[in-house]
Amino acid sequence: MLYREAGQFKATYVEDQQIFPIRQDRIAFAILLAVAFLVVPLVGNQYWLSAILTPFLVASLATIGLNILTGYAGQLSLGTAAFMAVGAFMAYNFELRMPWMPILGSFALAGLCAAAVGMVFGLPSLRIKGFYLAVATLACQFFVLWALQRIGWFTNYSTSGVITAQKIVILGYAVVTPASKYLLTLSVVAVMALLAKNLMRSQTGRAFMAVRDMDVAAEVIGIRMMRTKLLAFAISSFYCGVAGALYAFCYLGTVEPEAFNLDISFRILFMVIVGGVGSILGSFLGAGFITLLPIFLNLVSGWIRHTFGVELDHAMLSNLELIIFGGLIIFFLIVEPLGLARLWQIGKEKLRLWPFPH
Amino acid sequence: MLKRTRQMALGALAGAAMLALASGPSFAQNEQFIPANGYWVGPYAPGGSGFFGGVIDYFQMLNTRDGGINGVKLTWEKCETEYNNARGVECYERSKKKGPTGATVVHPLSTGITYSLIEKGTADKIPLISMGYGRTDAADGRVFPYVFPLITTYWSQNTAKIKFIGTKEGGMDKLKGKKIVNIYHDSAYGKETIPVLDVQAKKYGFTVTHIAVPHPGNEQQAQWLQVRQIKPDWVILRGWGVMNPTALKAAARAGFPRNKIVGVWWSGAEEDVIPAGDAAKGYIAAGFNLPGTNFPVMQEILKQVYKNGKGEMEDDSRIGSIYHTRGVVAGIITAEAIRTAQGKYGKKPITGEQMRWGIENLNINDARLKQLGAVGLMQALKVSCMDHEGGGAVKFLQWNGKKWNVITDWIASDQSIVRPMIEQSAAAYAKEKGITPRDCSKES
Repeated sequence: MLYREAGQFKATYVEDQQIFPIRQDRIAFAILLAVAFLVVPLVGNQYWLSAILTPFLVASLATIGLNILTGYAGQLSLGTAAFMAVGAFMAYNFELRMPWMPILGSFALAGLCAAAVGMVFGLPSLRIKGFYLAVATLACQFFVLWALQRIGWFTNYSTSGVITAQKIVILGYAVVTPASKYLLTLSVVAVMALLAKNLMRSQTGRAFMAVRDMDVAAEVIGIRMMRTKLLAFAISSFYCGVAGALYAFCYLGTVEPEAFNLDISFRILFMVIVGGVGSILGSFLGAGFITLLPIFLNLVSGWIRHTFGVELDHAMLSNLELIIFGGLIIFFLIVEPLGLARLWQIGKEKLRLWPFPH
Repeated sequence: MLKRTRQMALGALAGAAMLALASGPSFAQNEQFIPANGYWVGPYAPGGSGFFGGVIDYFQMLNTRDGGINGVKLTWEKCETEYNNARGVECYERSKKKGPTGATVVHPLSTGITYSLIEKGTADKIPLISMGYGRTDAADGRVFPYVFPLITTYWSQNTAKIKFIGTKEGGMDKLKGKKIVNIYHDSAYGKETIPVLDVQAKKYGFTVTHIAVPHPGNEQQAQWLQVRQIKPDWVILRGWGVMNPTALKAAARAGFPRNKIVGVWWSGAEEDVIPAGDAAKGYIAAGFNLPGTNFPVMQEILKQVYKNGKGEMEDDSRIGSIYHTRGVVAGIITAEAIRTAQGKYGKKPITGEQMRWGIENLNINDARLKQLGAVGLMQALKVSCMDHEGGGAVKFLQWNGKKWNVITDWIASDQSIVRPMIEQSAAAYAKEKGITPRDCSKES
């Protein structure tokens, strides 16, 4: 019913190749964007905007970044948090040392710095693959944090190694309220997600996927290995760098290098795996699952306590939340190893056939 | 089958989501809400659960015995931060609008979270108390009106520590040529004392080597090998959580005498030494609160709270432990600040802004300490607009394998070193952020 495609004919290749070939999808997506841009900032309270939606969007962007590298180009990386750290600290430094620089310019430059670091640490990918590459990128994770903690220049010689993000001003408008920070994050994420989606449908994206599926075959058909792999590292790190800058400027405000520890790298890798390897939509679903579920479990346990008056021990409850969270990850991976994006795809296929499945 | 389970799981999740969003706890009007954003899981759980156990036990005692503060009942809600900055910010955002007047005051109990909340708390007019941790230069209340690193900052503590080492060596002039190693947790918290140590090294003529231990600190072979090469006279341990017992065990293996290791107060609780066993014997740590259940206030808590089975500490042996009494001290300070603010704004729930005034005008003198039954548990405290620290003195405790023994009286910090550094650092922050410092003579 919902997905009746009768009467939707495609007369040109352009129509056939658009991101959302079904009209209902286009409408739904337009509504989603309208809600996210117009309704949410109006109705969302401060807690939702600044503590839930903004970090969710930032995590989505970082997940898209890692998905480009791991999901599309097949290069396993554990350095995501390091690239985010480079983005955050370089954005701070660009703003500090070049105060005339518009903030989005700083974000872009910070992303480029992260891309450069990513390319350097992507070099081993030319020789090694799989888990061995993951270990090589682990070096990046430790090296970057070490450098940020040891070299005073990065933190403007702050005694405790902490940076405080500058005020964001765009065209004379100060971005201070949670709603405006949310909108800024949303705009950046929306534009970059669209770019990523299109990039992955282009020749570059197909080259990435060819490398992922079988690198020898890809080389035989004329895909240049070095260029493709390093490009994947650069683009991925660029996305992570911008995500890191947003994390510092729009969410935490003050960050220490330790905020970008290995734990974050693993979490983002889990977001990719749970959401769906090689899917932009999956990046959002995975980020939502990993960032929002613990908070949600926490709220539910509080609600159960208040409604039923059960006085549960907080420490036990906190541990229980972690257990349930881990259990749900395993549950979803068993039910659908290809991630939440695949679940969504299956659901959509079913809806398109409904009510006459064959 | 699989399909049905999947649908059921999704349905259950969606249903629970609706319920969680639709309802929140309700609060009566005559209540003062204080969030308990701490950590009860993870590697730092002993610190978090002990500290907030003490805070809540004290509030519970006031509620049971006096019906709150001047008739205003104290309420709280726990939120798990996992000692993680992002979760800490989330908890803060969640708790700040609760209760009739919102969050009264926040104890972040993490230097990292304190840093993340400084600007948010100032904007939302919610004071932060970072008692014995956090950003040291926030002691300059002109630049940081909403941040209170009460009792002692890391820098003050550090000067007291050098004084203590000086007395042990037989005078400050004897420090010349001595070697001190500073082993620190590689985080904002750990690094905080590096500059003040460097300044003192220059002043007293000792050499100081800073050695970082990466988080979480359960691997320290290389660091203690370096200590063995340097052969220092003293080691300052600036650890946290699992790093502390590991350090003591590594020191024992490296043959470094434990009675030459001086720890900060976040390295000086029972939980830090018991896991190290015999290796911890003789180890010295600083403290701004003392352990034990003999203080009248602790007896009151035992009588009013634990007798009724409402106590927070499940393990009886942890009642009166260092972290627990530190929480009680935090509870006393919070309650006294509320009382002070009520004196000016009336005996009703106060707002964060009024609480800020209450903390800034807090004066717990010896007479008041006696009334509270906390003589010896903590030092007298007088906060002002200029000085958001208030106390500054430290006692030193030595672990004898069974319990902490107090080995010194209150050792005052050296404000002639600390204060100029605080003012310089705060001024630099003010300049970077474009803050005009308040004029303290105009504050009432």
